[in-house]
Amino acid sequence: MAAVSAIKAIHQTVLRAAQPARFVELSGMLIPWIAILGVVALVAGLVDGLALSPPDYQQGETVRIMYMHVPAAWMGLFVYALVAGLGGLGLVGGHPLAFASARAAAPLGAMFTAVCLITGSLWGKPMWGAWWVWDARLTSMLLLLFLYFGHIALSRAFDDPRRGDKAAAVLGLVGCVNLPIVKFSVDWWNTLHQPASVMKLGGPSIDPSMLWPLLLMAGAFKLIFFALWLTRTRTEVVEARLRAAAHRSRMEADR
Amino acid sequence: MNLHGQYTAYILAAYGVSFLLLGGAALSAWRDWRRVSGAWARLNGRGGRGQ
Repeated sequence: MAAVSAIKAIHQTVLRAAQPARFVELSGMLIPWIAILGVVALVAGLVDGLALSPPDYQQGETVRIMYMHVPAAWMGLFVYALVAGLGGLGLVGGHPLAFASARAAAPLGAMFTAVCLITGSLWGKPMWGAWWVWDARLTSMLLLLFLYFGHIALSRAFDDPRRGDKAAAVLGLVGCVNLPIVKFSVDWWNTLHQPASVMKLGGPSIDPSMLWPLLLMAGAFKLIFFALWLTRTRTEVVEARLRAAAHRSRMEADR
Repeated sequence: MNLHGQYTAYILAAYGVSFLLLGGAALSAWRDWRRVSGAWARLNGRGGRGQ
């Protein structure tokens, strides 16, 4: 019983915080702190990744590209799941903040996916001898970028923003099929891309001297994403208010 | 990090492009917020430029 009332209390608190006006106020207080923490983690990750961690015994110095590439790949997948989840929430519950926050997150997810692909290519050229190969992992990651582009385009393709949001939410949910394909592509197919070395059964197989900068950068990317996502979501909320105000004044002028 | 290694250019390019994209996203988010919050403040007669 205590657990049920605790869940109910948390649900009520989340609903209250998700009221657009309350959200703008709350996010305004949180964003600077999240951004500061993100920058601190980023600086720590950069110092550890570029100066303190050793070169890899096989890849040499190019292993340092991994400290950007891997966290960006994780973010690309995480943000897509978030966008799809928020779109689903918007379709089912119709909460005004769900679609706005999905619209705000999609370009950030696309940016992280692009960082992953570009840094991967910059690592691939010296290590594989090729900027790009049509390997299962690389191809499914490129498809993820196109799914983001589709979501961004669809959500802005209609005069009525609600229609665009709904169409983009459906694409977001359908595109979720690609997430396990990206994750398990290195296990399901014989690929050039190396298998997972951090998120796998039996724990990470990477040396702690390289795991720490990787985790620091992953934390930094997550915090920076949250700061930017909250900023973009509150922009969407205030923009919706401005649209409503403009609509009201047009109606009054017509009367 | 050895700055005179044969792959330094690749590493610097990877970090450079990443920060360019990350910085672009941050700048665009901040600029958009300033624009809409300024418009909202003006609409409400406060004449501000964001908080």
